[in-house]
Amino acid sequence: MIAALSFYAFAAILIASAVMVVTSRNPVHSVLFLILAFFNAAGLFLIAGAEFLAMILVIVYVGAVAVLFLFVVMMLDIDFAQLREGFQRYAPIGAIIGAILLIELFMVLATWRFAPEAATLRLNPTPAGVTNAEALGRILYTDNIFLFQACGLVLLVAMIGAIVLTLRERPGTRRQSIAEQVARAGTVSVRSVPLGAGLKEIGIARPPAPEEEKPKQVEHHHGHGGHH
Amino acid sequence: MAMGGITEMAVSLAHYLTVSAILLVLGVFGIFLNRKNVIVILMSVELILLAVNLNMVAFSAALGDLTGQVFTMFILTVAAAEAAIGLAIVVIYFRNRGTIEVEDISTLKG
Repeated sequence: MIAALSFYAFAAILIASAVMVVTSRNPVHSVLFLILAFFNAAGLFLIAGAEFLAMILVIVYVGAVAVLFLFVVMMLDIDFAQLREGFQRYAPIGAIIGAILLIELFMVLATWRFAPEAATLRLNPTPAGVTNAEALGRILYTDNIFLFQACGLVLLVAMIGAIVLTLRERPGTRRQSIAEQVARAGTVSVRSVPLGAGLKEIGIARPPAPEEEKPKQVEHHHGHGGHH
Repeated sequence: MAMGGITEMAVSLAHYLTVSAILLVLGVFGIFLNRKNVIVILMSVELILLAVNLNMVAFSAALGDLTGQVFTMFILTVAAAEAAIGLAIVVIYFRNRGTIEVEDISTLKG
């Protein structure tokens, strides 16, 4: 009874916040509703008995992905009012396609059935007397160890890709050149310097101070978008 | 729906399937609705993946088979990687062009 009631509560908030994600005028609100949707989906996972995945959903999605979205939305200087144009233009076709998809899904939902021998065909039956996390770990670290490692590789490649894509080489950046330091031929010399002598008098030339770089001006294109 | 020999859940499988169907349709609708903002389109893709995950977990609970939850973990991994790469592409596109409108992303059209 309590499970059913909380299922309805979580499902209602999940769907309501999903509606707000796609229809909200401000993308920041969209991200915040996305976070709410993830929390409620985690609640639904808990009701279904997938405790580990519920916690993973909260940690990975709310803690990392949604915050990443939030950062990007806030970092980009976007004219949000301009982005809302064409909202009404695309709403009907989106509604038609969504309705067709929903009708098809419910047609599938009304007619499908489990295979008669489905109960005997389990690949990894849920073990009794073991927590969800431990049962998942037993499967992941034994039978699916290569897939698990491949997942790690996917994440590594994604991380490298994101860094390579967004890393910007600014002119005038000072950076340690380890190869140059290692290849240095002469040893470091120690000189006896008279007291109070400046660098110029000893003959050590300082590199000129790099010029201040102006922040890049963000171009605003006003020409497009308005004529649709 | 024939449920013979299938583990009884606290909430029936049909409820979960209904919720995730609605969630998936909302995600697809969001892609059509926000034709200008790439970030909201990425969020809609996240909603679609969440609907898929909900389906996987519901079937896993209904069948008493943990494979669905293992699969959900892999989907979560790929979704996180996709979000990171997608947002990085959005950032560099905005840096180069000063806009993230989908209709302006047509350089490859020639």
